[in-house]
Amino acid sequence: MHLAYPAVLAVLLFCVGVYGVLARRNAILVLMSVELMLNAVNLNLVAFDVWLRDVVHSGQALTLFTITIAAAEIGLGLAIVLLVYRNRGSSDVDRLTDLAEPPEHGAPGHGDGTASGAGAADGTAADQNAEATA
Amino acid sequence: MTLTALAALVPLLPFLGAAAGLLLGRRAPGFVRPLAVLPTATSFVLAAVVAARQGTGDPTDAAHKLADTGSAPIYLALHLDGFAVLIAVLVGLVATCVQLYSTAYLRDDPRYPSYAALVSLFTAAMFLVVYSGDLMVLLVGWEIMGICSYFLVGHYWETETARSASIKAFLVTKLGDVPFLIGVFALAADAGTFRINGILTAATHGQLHHPTVIALLLLAGVAGKSAQFPLHTWLPDAMAGPTPVSALIHAATMVAAGIYLVARLLPVFTASAAALAVLAAMAAVTMIGSGLAALAQDDIKRVLAYSTIGQLGYMAAALAVGDRDAAVFHLLSHGAFKALLFLGAGVVIHAAGTNSLTTMSRTGSLAKRVPDAMWTMGIALAALAALPPLSGFFSKESVLRAAEHASAGDTAHVPQAVGWTVFVAGLAAAVLTAGYATRLFLLAFRGSGPDAPDHGRQPVVMTSVLWVLAVPTIAFGGLAYRELPDWFGGAPLGPTLLTSVLGTGLALVGVLITYGAWKAVAATRLAVPAGAVVTAEGDADAEPALVEAEAIATHEEVYGDIAAADDPGDPGRLLLGRLHRHAAHGFHLDALYGALFVRPVLAAAQLVRFLDRDVIETYVRGAGGAPRLLGAAVRKAQTGNIQTYLSALLAGAVVLAVLVAVGG
Repeated sequence: MHLAYPAVLAVLLFCVGVYGVLARRNAILVLMSVELMLNAVNLNLVAFDVWLRDVVHSGQALTLFTITIAAAEIGLGLAIVLLVYRNRGSSDVDRLTDLAEPPEHGAPGHGDGTASGAGAADGTAADQNAEATA
Repeated sequence: MTLTALAALVPLLPFLGAAAGLLLGRRAPGFVRPLAVLPTATSFVLAAVVAARQGTGDPTDAAHKLADTGSAPIYLALHLDGFAVLIAVLVGLVATCVQLYSTAYLRDDPRYPSYAALVSLFTAAMFLVVYSGDLMVLLVGWEIMGICSYFLVGHYWETETARSASIKAFLVTKLGDVPFLIGVFALAADAGTFRINGILTAATHGQLHHPTVIALLLLAGVAGKSAQFPLHTWLPDAMAGPTPVSALIHAATMVAAGIYLVARLLPVFTASAAALAVLAAMAAVTMIGSGLAALAQDDIKRVLAYSTIGQLGYMAAALAVGDRDAAVFHLLSHGAFKALLFLGAGVVIHAAGTNSLTTMSRTGSLAKRVPDAMWTMGIALAALAALPPLSGFFSKESVLRAAEHASAGDTAHVPQAVGWTVFVAGLAAAVLTAGYATRLFLLAFRGSGPDAPDHGRQPVVMTSVLWVLAVPTIAFGGLAYRELPDWFGGAPLGPTLLTSVLGTGLALVGVLITYGAWKAVAATRLAVPAGAVVTAEGDADAEPALVEAEAIATHEEVYGDIAAADDPGDPGRLLLGRLHRHAAHGFHLDALYGALFVRPVLAAAQLVRFLDRDVIETYVRGAGGAPRLLGAAVRKAQTGNIQTYLSALLAGAVVLAVLVAVGG
């Protein structure tokens, strides 16, 4: 088989994955898109391993590694997503913006101490609300 | 105990007393008074024992090498001779009297413990200066006295007057001390030692290479410490401190340290005729100027302060004509009667409720209320005016005798002109001294008018101290002038016919003129009422120091000036005429210094402040502000949406990849 087919397929898979990571709102779909990208890489590894006729098949070995790690990663990721959902009642990625600096309330230039303090206070309040709803 | 050990104990005891007082003052208030009085009194007794055992014998020297400096080593040295032991006795006497007096005068003061400890520390430092045989160790005592004086003048630091007076005292004396320090180093470099004995040997053998420079540098320090023109301006202002402080520091001891130093190092000064001429000119200006200024002061303590300056001028004059025996003789007798005058003034201020002579001259009952103060101060003022047979007469005669001797050209090393300057100035100052002494007595104790508010009986300890000091005031001069030459190992000090007649005659003239002027303005005085009695009805138990502090604070309010009062009934005003206004302000020397030094320094400080605040600070602010603005701009990109970040990351990666591809 010509190398172009698996390569093009990998590119398509990767692009779909990138699109999914960048555009999907649901965290589970984002994780799935990451898997797509990993698998695109796996496909490349296998294809080039064959094409280069590698005696020790390092490409295939690496693919096995990647699959293992991806399994672990998806396990952890899903657990996190589950906890986020339990805490917040939603797993929308674009609503998980607590780490961003909150918009400044007081006059500008009042010092960072007050702003971060207020942010921390807001954060804890939001957490408590989320727990209450969950 | 050996003489050396006894002498070492004399400065040590008050020092330990001070340390203990400072440490225990808060925790054990009961021990404060004994800790203040007993070490000082013991030191006085020990100083007297040392004086008796030293007697007229050869000087005793003892030294322990303290530090090797590479060139001239520093010794912890004792040098006991007639001068040192007698001055130590005077210091001990005055310090003991002052400590006793303070127990009553500042009895309710919350800062009494630290006050008493500082007075003890001061006493220890003065003993150290007197006994020390090494210039460096002497300098240590000298500077400790300076800092103690600063703290004690600023005892009432709540008031602006006291704060600025203490700073002024410190700065002006330091202004003299810097050249002094350089002078000491130059002297040690020339003589190869800091030991005073070694320096004197070098000076008498003509081994000093720069005697004039050294003597002039040392004179700067002496002028600062002993309040000689042109560095005398701190002393009248230092009267913002409590009266016992004025008595101890600014009359009897610290200001005498400068004179004592010149007396010890006299051969260094006689090696240079120029230095003697400068000293004589300084002394002459000081004597006459301070006499005129004293005639115009309204605050009783400022009169005494100017009189102290004048009497120190006499001592400096005696040194200028090369007679240290006369200078130290006058120092001893002056120390006793000036301490008495100040302590008496404290009693009078307490009784009258004011420090203003104008007000006292309108107060009737002062003489009846404080008879002890009146009698003792009368005696002391007569001694100040050098009326025979009081001690001031003999000591001042010895100065005049020395000046007369020098003016005849009979004193080695001393130019005749110096002798004449000192002699004429001394005689003129004798008239002025008698004048202001008489004015002080008449205005304070011979006033007429309504009674002052009663401040209760004077504490016994305060009045008895006055009588104790009255003894040397009366008897010291007459008894001692025959003995002292043995102690000092010098020429006779007794009065000669010429100077006695001249001096006493001029003093009597001064007394009579002032009395006449006082009589002449009596009617005016009765017609024009006093500005106000400064302190209100005080309750009888108020401590004396409070009355004084209040009086000083309100004097400026009532009379519009801290030094002078606008009183047409003042004999001083009649005598001085147009000069009065200038004399009352110390001939505007303060204003001159203000224009010459204070204002430029303040302007320079303003400039520095401007440069710091508006120029350098701008750069600092800019260095902080620019990243802050940048940060604010960059922060806008932080939305919290991970996908935005990832998009940016991807875009960046693509851009980099393209760049690498194109560029590679």
